[in-house]
Amino acid sequence: MMLRKLLLAGSFMAAMGAGQALAADVSACLITKTDINPFFVKMKEGAAAKAGELGIELQTYAGKIDGDHETQVQAIETCIASGAKGILLTASDTKAIVPVVKKARDAGLLVIALDTPLEPIDAADATFATDNFKAGELIGAWAAKSLGDKAADAKIALLDLAPSAPSVDVLRDQGFLKGFGIDIKDANKIGDEEDARIVGHDVTNGNEEGGRKAMENLLQRDPDINVVYTINEPAAAGAYEALKSFGKESDVLIVSVDGGCPGVQNVKEGVIGATSQQYPLLMASLGIEAIKAWADSGAKPENSPGLDFFNTGVTLITDKPVDGVESIDSAEGLNKCWG
Amino acid sequence: MSDASQAPRGPQEFETALNKSDTRVAEFDVRERTLFDRAQHFLHGNPTMVPVIVLVLSIAAFGILAGTKFFSAFNMSLIMQQVSIIGILAAAQSLVILTAGIDLSVGAIMVLMSVIMGNLAVFAGLPTPLAILIGFAGGAGAGALNGFLVTKIKLPPFIVTLGTWNIFFALNLWLSGAQSIRSQTLDEVAPLLKIFGDSVRIGNAQITYGSILMIVIFAILWYVLNHTPWGRHVYAIGDDKEAAELSGIRTDRTLISVYMVAGLVCGIGAWASIGRVGSVSPQSFQEANLQSITAVVIGGISLFGGRGSILGPLIGALIVGVFNSGLRLIGVDVLWQVFAIGWLTIIAVGIDQWIRKVSA
Repeated sequence: MMLRKLLLAGSFMAAMGAGQALAADVSACLITKTDINPFFVKMKEGAAAKAGELGIELQTYAGKIDGDHETQVQAIETCIASGAKGILLTASDTKAIVPVVKKARDAGLLVIALDTPLEPIDAADATFATDNFKAGELIGAWAAKSLGDKAADAKIALLDLAPSAPSVDVLRDQGFLKGFGIDIKDANKIGDEEDARIVGHDVTNGNEEGGRKAMENLLQRDPDINVVYTINEPAAAGAYEALKSFGKESDVLIVSVDGGCPGVQNVKEGVIGATSQQYPLLMASLGIEAIKAWADSGAKPENSPGLDFFNTGVTLITDKPVDGVESIDSAEGLNKCWG
Repeated sequence: MSDASQAPRGPQEFETALNKSDTRVAEFDVRERTLFDRAQHFLHGNPTMVPVIVLVLSIAAFGILAGTKFFSAFNMSLIMQQVSIIGILAAAQSLVILTAGIDLSVGAIMVLMSVIMGNLAVFAGLPTPLAILIGFAGGAGAGALNGFLVTKIKLPPFIVTLGTWNIFFALNLWLSGAQSIRSQTLDEVAPLLKIFGDSVRIGNAQITYGSILMIVIFAILWYVLNHTPWGRHVYAIGDDKEAAELSGIRTDRTLISVYMVAGLVCGIGAWASIGRVGSVSPQSFQEANLQSITAVVIGGISLFGGRGSILGPLIGALIVGVFNSGLRLIGVDVLWQVFAIGWLTIIAVGIDQWIRKVSA
């Protein structure tokens, strides 16, 4: 009995030693919200390519569905046990994941939040994400410049994400309004503006069906809407369908955020006027480089100046560029799009 | 011939007091019926009247509060459009609920079938009508799976459809990669998929084929449920499954067919949903199952099975649409709309319980 236990323990330790000897010098983990969203598929591709280049062994994990917190906790625990040097994480539950992230950091792992900041943001060693406020500002400024003098009496509809208004929802919405030149009052609050140009806000759940319904409802409130902000490109596609059924698709500017391939295609075809593209692939490859640097020299990544995270960049895509707002055209956008 | 015999034999002096007394012989003891009781009896006989009254009152109320923006032919037709998909799912849901079951998978079946139709027509290059028929068959097949698990494996409908809801959702994400098929692509390759988004104009009203389809589905189901043996069997099973079985109804077969028909209706809904949304959208209609149950319940169909008219859920779906539209137009925040629909549901079930307690 005793002997068997000892033998077992011995072979287990041998196996562990062998595992470490066989592995590359440095290993890293990528944990995403799901395996199916094109955004995360692209992230995985970026991480795998960079890891191959730098000779890092990459393990990937994903939740089963959006909001699958439990699987992510187990993945972090597995990573700690496997002796990885660092973790790239897009958290499903940004608050609840914090204790197990702390456990990983205490064990000497570098934890980088990708795309989605943890709450609090400094619970991770670093955050590589899109500046969503800036993404909103770009499309807001583009819309205002495109209208020129008519911006003074624009009628604006805002198609947001959800009644709970998660941070990405607020940042893009408020960024857009600021970019358009509207006094946003409290930047943490959607809907406290008093500018008469705003017809209203409605929620879309970020999909086509919600986008269409929200657009119909706002058009019913005011049929003269001529600027439509949308939280993402599926919502924009839905809004366009609603405008088409009202016979107004050619009088309205639609702007959006994301830069997925179907969205950029819609820019090319004139459905969406302009969209702010974000870069999941870059987030992941920069993350792998940071883990490499941490393993080699113990250096931690720095934040972008003036921000509490590292900005992986956002680019305006439009085929109707305006002065003073930098942009690329849809052909170039299609080369960089994800999904 | 005495004087006494000629004189009219009036009642004797002491008997005259009787005139003032009650002359009735015997009768049932009738309780005074209040207006309240009458209403309860009336509604017991006509359970669809509650939602109809609520619909009329709410249209009147929002018409006064929001004016012509709300009360116009165009807005009424818009509400019809907006509820058409949930309405079709509610028709499927009603069938299952009439058998005292529940189907949490209706929305997932619909979205999965729309993705299958889109993938087959756009990526696999199948002729669009064939892709649509495969989607219908898939819907019926998904329903048959639910029915089989409920009757043959004898699992509760709630658990079965909770499971298949997740299964169908996962298959949907796997097949679609969570990526929509764009409206413009459909226009090029398979415009037939979007046919139910087209509309006819009658005056200012814009009535989509999807809205018409919803009404046609309800009309057919109303006829089938009320005028065919199958329909009566569905009610009988919902009322008392054992009694139905003892009177010779093949309950398992009927139940499986109910889930299949529900699945088929979801498949038809899938086609309509592509027209409504404009694209094949795997991420839309995530809460459609719960919204369909809400419409059924507000429409006065009893969750205990066997009671309620199939036309109720149509009214129920319209009530939800009227509330959402009306509250939005008077500028009520989204979260209070959700709040209002929540109360509406609870009140509807409360009224149902009260009607069931009707005294003879």
